[in-house]
Amino acid sequence: MAIPKVCGIETEYGIHVENGDPNPIAASSVLINAYAQDIVRQQTGWDFEDESPGNDARGYAREGSMPPKVETHLLNTVLTNGARFYVDHAHPEFSTPECADALECVRYDRAGEQILIRSMAAANSAVPDGRRFIVYKNNSDGKGNSYGTHENYLMDRATPFDRIVHGITPHFVTRQIFTGAGKVGSETPTHDGRQVDFQITQRAEFFEERVGLETTLKRPIINTRDEPHADPHRYRRLHVIVGDANLAEVASLLKVGTTSLVLAMIEDDIGGDRDLDLADPVRAMHQVSLDRTFGHGLEMSDGTTATALEIQWELFSLARKYADDRGLECMGNEGVGEEVLRRWEMVLHGLETDPMSLARQLDWVAKLRLLEAYRERHGCGWDDHRLAAMDLQYHDLRPERSLFARLDTEKLIDEQSVISAITEPPRNTRAWFRGQCLTKWPAEVVTANWDSLVFDLGTDPLRRVPMMDPLRGTADHVDELLRQSATPSELLDRLSS
Amino acid sequence: MAERELKKKSTGTDHAKESVEEVPATSAKGEKLKAELDDLLDEIDEVLEDNAEEFVRNYVQKGGE
Repeated sequence: MAIPKVCGIETEYGIHVENGDPNPIAASSVLINAYAQDIVRQQTGWDFEDESPGNDARGYAREGSMPPKVETHLLNTVLTNGARFYVDHAHPEFSTPECADALECVRYDRAGEQILIRSMAAANSAVPDGRRFIVYKNNSDGKGNSYGTHENYLMDRATPFDRIVHGITPHFVTRQIFTGAGKVGSETPTHDGRQVDFQITQRAEFFEERVGLETTLKRPIINTRDEPHADPHRYRRLHVIVGDANLAEVASLLKVGTTSLVLAMIEDDIGGDRDLDLADPVRAMHQVSLDRTFGHGLEMSDGTTATALEIQWELFSLARKYADDRGLECMGNEGVGEEVLRRWEMVLHGLETDPMSLARQLDWVAKLRLLEAYRERHGCGWDDHRLAAMDLQYHDLRPERSLFARLDTEKLIDEQSVISAITEPPRNTRAWFRGQCLTKWPAEVVTANWDSLVFDLGTDPLRRVPMMDPLRGTADHVDELLRQSATPSELLDRLSS
Repeated sequence: MAERELKKKSTGTDHAKESVEEVPATSAKGEKLKAELDDLLDEIDEVLEDNAEEFVRNYVQKGGE
């Protein structure tokens, strides 16, 4: 049986400084410091003990591949909601805590947006010199520079990596039709040299390889980083780099939910009659992003063609049958699993019949609809700077400037649940233990990371508590223990007894 | 498409029927969306950055990940 698809989203936000030093590393540090010091008044550092982004899931590293460097000197904090908030390269990055289901993941992704909004406000009032920090939840500056939104899924180590590559690639290429955040123009030459007015995704054109370890150069559709942040004998963490940052909650739910389901089917070795292997997935990725009619036939390895919609319908049908045959325990929450299936079908049907009817559900449709309405009213062409500005401002997190915030998109999570996720960890993963310990003993937890906490009990040496199973350390597991322990020493005594 | 129709029928679940009926393309919803879009367009010039060309030009990021 497939293991529960514990999941998380990491978002690198775009950052811009008005009236001051544009250095993005300095700006990101000011932002995160302002949040850590002025708002939560707590700064627990990140523990780099378990970082090894150079490990390759294929068991070897290709010649010339460049594993990312671990930047231990940059600002890194762990929050009481179990999330990591830090400077990654030249961007502020928020990683949600581990979530037990896709809807919970959307909730924490939304909490991340609120944390960035609060950080902007704190940073703007902390600096006296008139600098203004502006944060964007997008993936490209429109000039060829892209930054990522990554998803993570817990996988069974026993599943052969080749099977994952073969099984998930068609989904990554074609799910773009509902995960895309939309973009005016293009930043790389197209295969046929044509001009692009608008495309479905921010990210597709930056992908150049099928499989690989890199994330910044020659980006691969399947990233092979093998860093499980859990017991490596039992688990794998699939690190997914092909997605766009979503603001629309339905798009975000479908991005994580459909991927969880397809991955569960891969673990259970479920396939249909038709082989969905694409002849050239990289090229197909670009083609799907450029095709707003969904009529473009993608070349398949068996010599036939299939549109992105046909491939999605095939995957949906398989998933529907899989759920009916085996249930949806793999989705962490069966109700959420059903909701994902219901919306998946609804969205595919909408894309097939009237894509513009999905303006409340999908980012690229919401953005395109707004741009088209503006074009109609002002009679402007796609090269008008105002359209590029609107594209950017769709993702602007400042409430007074955000165009997304002005659109009435469908909400899945009430605002109170988003607010509580800013400080409280999810109950159904080990993030609960991490977050509760940070809340209870901010001074004694000296560092933390995904799979351990380090306590300073005032006596040598420091004590590390490993958390190698993402599904242990939940509220059900540890609340009694935490209640009984008045001090970290008592907690550690109970844990080791 | 015929192939897909067949597949959907063969899985034959109630969920499928329910959700097809719930597609949000009803004209009432469409009208509401359009009215909201008109309102947004009315106010958008005030929300948009003053100099679109400069604003877009100045937004430069380093590649990430």
